[in-house]
Amino acid sequence: MSDRTLRIAGLVVLIGFAVLVPFVFGPYRVGQFTLVAAYAVAALGLNLLVGYNGQISLGHGAFFALGAYTAALLIEKANLPYLLTVPLAGVLAFAVGYVFGVPALRLRGLYLALVTLALAVATPQLIKRFDGLTEGTQGMTVEQPESPGWLPLADDQFLYLLTLVVAAIMFALAWSLMRSQVGRAVQAVRDEEIPASTLGVDLASTKTRVFALSAGYAGVAGALYVFAIGFVAPEAFTVTISLAFLAAIVVGGLATIVGAVFGALFIEFVPVYASDVNDALTGVIYGGVLILAMFLLPGGVAGLLRRIRELVARRPAEEEVRRPAVATEGRGVPAGKT
Amino acid sequence: MERFIQVIVDGIATGSIYAALALALVLIFRSTGIVNFAQGEMAMFSTFIAWGLYAGGVPLGLAVLTTLVLSFVAGMAIERGLIRHFEGGEVLTLVIVTLGLFILLNSLAGWIWGFGNRSFPSLFGDSTFDVGGVQLTWESIGIVGVLLAVVGLLFLLFQRTKIGLAMRAAALNPESSGLVGVRVGRMLMLGWGLAAALGALAGVLVAPRLFLDVNLMGSVLIYAFAAAALGGFDSAIGAVVGGWVIGVTENLAGTYVDFIGADLKILVPLAIIFVVLLVRPTGLFGTREVARV
Repeated sequence: MSDRTLRIAGLVVLIGFAVLVPFVFGPYRVGQFTLVAAYAVAALGLNLLVGYNGQISLGHGAFFALGAYTAALLIEKANLPYLLTVPLAGVLAFAVGYVFGVPALRLRGLYLALVTLALAVATPQLIKRFDGLTEGTQGMTVEQPESPGWLPLADDQFLYLLTLVVAAIMFALAWSLMRSQVGRAVQAVRDEEIPASTLGVDLASTKTRVFALSAGYAGVAGALYVFAIGFVAPEAFTVTISLAFLAAIVVGGLATIVGAVFGALFIEFVPVYASDVNDALTGVIYGGVLILAMFLLPGGVAGLLRRIRELVARRPAEEEVRRPAVATEGRGVPAGKT
Repeated sequence: MERFIQVIVDGIATGSIYAALALALVLIFRSTGIVNFAQGEMAMFSTFIAWGLYAGGVPLGLAVLTTLVLSFVAGMAIERGLIRHFEGGEVLTLVIVTLGLFILLNSLAGWIWGFGNRSFPSLFGDSTFDVGGVQLTWESIGIVGVLLAVVGLLFLLFQRTKIGLAMRAAALNPESSGLVGVRVGRMLMLGWGLAAALGALAGVLVAPRLFLDVNLMGSVLIYAFAAAALGGFDSAIGAVVGGWVIGVTENLAGTYVDFIGADLKILVPLAIIFVVLLVRPTGLFGTREVARV
């Protein structure tokens, strides 16, 4: 079997599973998978930034929150049809991400991580501060989308499929973008900044746009999250959610499209089972997995699958074109050392 | 006017705590080029150990001293066992590893000591005295005194001892230092140990002012980042000055700017980091970095 056949087969299995979910599982499980789809969009957005572009954001929970509150307010206060709130949440998060990104992206990787971490810590406080709009600590209940009468679907099934369709569009978009010239420029900026700029890639604008785009993804994910939960409150948007997104892309596989799915499954289901044992176990697993992944599996689940595929396809592991941005030998060594 | 001076004095006291943690960040950044995101959580964990010893009947002073020693050893162990493996690698890898440590320590502390909060006694008691209408606490004086003493000791260590010289050499040029017989790995380990002990000190100093819980250092870390960014990430003096500026600004903004109040104080360091990095990315005292192809 060729590598390509295996890839396509894997994708077909994944899509098949995703479509069958609402008809196989009960409403509670389906609700969980709806959240997985929402998280996957956020993780994908973050991966465009961190994995493909090599910039570190620890504050994507803020844009996720922005999307969630935008959707909630538009539905509850402005009575907008819920479907319209998804693009609006995305566009607003994109715009805010752009404004935030213009100054932030003149900063090198580390400083961006600092600034965005501060943003993540400030997010719940900001939400509480504007309690006239956001209802503060007590949160807001939001009407969830209901299945239209002409569809033979229960509400939870409809909601899941709706989320899945939006997620699929976002995935297709990211996939085609990263294969295009833009995608190559984005990765060139990550791997070799100065050569990229001498070849005509505008570093600042590339970085800013990727940052804005990834914020937009987080915004869309936030809106989907509100549909799924039907409630927003500041406690949902602490620094924990930002770190969870980061854990998701590391586990799933940096600089891979499909990795976001595995990462989203990870951050949805690990807390569910871990909290049965101990409230602290989720964090212990997240932290432990982040460190272990860097030791053992820098490519995440997607990287592991790729390796297995190469074994099955019985081809010598060729130099990977899209290698993950981390832990590759020989790069990142200070100039004096080589 | 008294109120204004009061706010400034309080700001310098809190600023000194930020400075202590910022110094820890700078120590590690200078030697290994790593911003240690886990610095705050390491400090929180140490503070819990101090609390555990104290609650177990050990006199406070001795408990703190023991904690500092334990933290020093633990810091070295973390460098040797974990960080060494990734040194010189990608920035992203190191950020992920230290963040992993951040989450791990935070949750482990929650597992061991629970998520509730507890009060932590001050090393300097809680008596106050009055100077021209300004209330001073011995605690504030003590904190500033401890910080100045620490800075003095670090200065002596780095400028007047052989070990300090070796540490500076190892940080500046690892390869050449290795060739002239400096044990580079050991020096980096020492740096991490010192940083961990410094962080523990910051934790013990700040715990009486806040309540001790697993999120003790969450915002303190952000303030320390801001202090280090303002002072320049590779400057010890910068960290101290930065800490004071941040502490005072935060207090002034919280008191006099209604919009900010107590809730949004956290935006102050965010804004400061932003402005500093845009206007003067090297910070006040930092050295300029040159990119090499």
